[in-house]
Amino acid sequence: MAATTPVQSQAGFDVGGRRTYGAARNLFGGIWATPIVRALARGLLTIFVVSTMTFFLIRLLPGNPVDLYINQVIAETGITYAQAADQASGLFNLDLKAPLHQQYFDFLTRLVRGDLGNSLLSQGTPVTSVLLAFLPWTLFAVGSGLLLSFVVGVVLGLLAAYWRNSIFDTAVSSIGSVVSSVPNYLVALLFVVFLGTQLRILPITEMRGASTPGIAPGFTPAYIGDVLFHGALPITVYFLTLIGHWILSMKSATLATLEEDYVTVARARGLADRRITSAYIGRNAILPLVTQFAISAGYVVGGALFVELILVYPGLGLKLYQAIQQRDYPVMQGIVLIITVSVVLANILADLLYSRLDPRIGRAGGAAG
Amino acid sequence: MTAAAATLPADRSGGPLAKTLDFLRLLSGRPIGLIGLAGVIFFLLLAFVVPAFVPYQDKVDVTAIYQPPSLAHPLGTDSSGRDVWNQIINGGRDILLVGFLAAFFSTVIAVTFGSLAATVGGRLDTLILGITDIWLTIPHLPILIVAAAVLNLSNLFYIAFIIAVLGWASLLRQIRAQVLSLRERDYVEAARSLDLGLFHIIFREILPSMRSYIVIHFIFAMTSSIYAVAGLMLLGLVPLSGINWGLMLNLANVKGAIYFKDSIWYILSPILAIMLFQLSLVWLASALEDIFNPRLRSGG
Repeated sequence: MAATTPVQSQAGFDVGGRRTYGAARNLFGGIWATPIVRALARGLLTIFVVSTMTFFLIRLLPGNPVDLYINQVIAETGITYAQAADQASGLFNLDLKAPLHQQYFDFLTRLVRGDLGNSLLSQGTPVTSVLLAFLPWTLFAVGSGLLLSFVVGVVLGLLAAYWRNSIFDTAVSSIGSVVSSVPNYLVALLFVVFLGTQLRILPITEMRGASTPGIAPGFTPAYIGDVLFHGALPITVYFLTLIGHWILSMKSATLATLEEDYVTVARARGLADRRITSAYIGRNAILPLVTQFAISAGYVVGGALFVELILVYPGLGLKLYQAIQQRDYPVMQGIVLIITVSVVLANILADLLYSRLDPRIGRAGGAAG
Repeated sequence: MTAAAATLPADRSGGPLAKTLDFLRLLSGRPIGLIGLAGVIFFLLLAFVVPAFVPYQDKVDVTAIYQPPSLAHPLGTDSSGRDVWNQIINGGRDILLVGFLAAFFSTVIAVTFGSLAATVGGRLDTLILGITDIWLTIPHLPILIVAAAVLNLSNLFYIAFIIAVLGWASLLRQIRAQVLSLRERDYVEAARSLDLGLFHIIFREILPSMRSYIVIHFIFAMTSSIYAVAGLMLLGLVPLSGINWGLMLNLANVKGAIYFKDSIWYILSPILAIMLFQLSLVWLASALEDIFNPRLRSGG
């Protein structure tokens, strides 16, 4: 589909002014057919849906945070309702006197400008700066764990499929199914309890945080080593809990690919085994996993929330937990939004990667451009 | 993948007893599946039947904190000297119920709209698939956590419902794909040419042959729901009354028991309970997958 529409749209232009409407529609259709545009549109829609959900969750529900906050301020400081409402609108980025749809519209326009309001707890601190302080650590730990598990899991899965029903296959597959079914926060707890408390192999309390306060940030070996030291536990937890999924998915994808005709043909042509494995089997088997990779990015960032709490790793999860404890709603809202944006970006990246990897989409793009 | 579902032996045999025996015979070829089934049954009994004989007791005994296992306390005691075994028995019900209900709701949503999209096709299919694609990108857990914090959920039913509403999307895609492949079967074509109606085609022709497929995905949905609800409890966001495994973890974390050497029995008990139940579910589901979708794993 992606291959034909750009050509059609050009043909529409050639016919001339008589069919400009049709040409424009074809052009639009052509643009729409490009995967990147669709991915972008879907991403924007996702961000819109999530921000709408959080807005109404916080504003509309009975006993909603804004009303709670107003009542709390009145009770604590004894100011009038109007003054308290003024304060609340400043904090929550809402004009409380306006009708709800107006408030919602204002919220969205501010969102487009990247204005998420101020933190309730540390007044005057924009939510965006809070997010920027915590986001990198989550992305670093989750990204490293996810990527490591993907690379290792894909290789192990491919090998397991190749040597199926061998001892290696049985061992790798059963270990994979066991570790992937254990919740990651329980793995984190087991690490703390066994390696930290019982056997005292790991200095658990020293490993808390993202870096040791004394060491100056920068591209120095000391700082990088320190960051890795602090990140080691969460990364290991993500690695262990994710790898099983990649092993099993890659194994079944490879097994399916092994039976394809083109693999048989490649064998018949006498191609080298290594070339068949990489270019014919590996590349095709990994395709469905790339989209899964993006989808799982969302799950993992979400699941990181529990792990960070247990390991006291200062990412978005720990901050979200603190924000909930302190009823800091703008920060909560901001964290949900920034996670959504990260997931959406990961998905768009996956779409791009997919069109690069898929020989069919790749060739079509090459012909059009 | 699809043909196997139709050869379900239970389709032909008679009473429920014969069906059960047939099923067990199939499962006996897969030890992992048997272990899984035994585990699931064990935990169901533990959580729903045993509490009737062992009522929850909240008796605090500060002289017996973090005791190792003994005859009086098979799993030791917690930070206030309460019996851990008693908490494990009485603390499974809520988690298992939420897991079951959430999986049930999300399966209902996914099966209804997934089969509708695939059977009707056209614009409805595009619409449902579009919504599903967006829903799939939404990060469920952060929204679930915020919703639980804001709504102050104290009803099992609501928690299960919210987990299901956030998490049906991937299941819907799988159901839709499965129905799409069944749609072209001869018996569905026959039903369509007899003009038996959409309702009949979906519920009488297509869904029955997907029974095992739906059950397998129901079990997987249950594991992810349990992951979510136990996580919420770990964060202390689900103020359910009494005791549950997640709350035990929450208390262990908040009270610093995980850094206390003697508390090992108290911490390990809920961890193992959740882990073993999840493992049993996964093992049972993958054995079922082996039996009913043989192509998927063994690679035939």
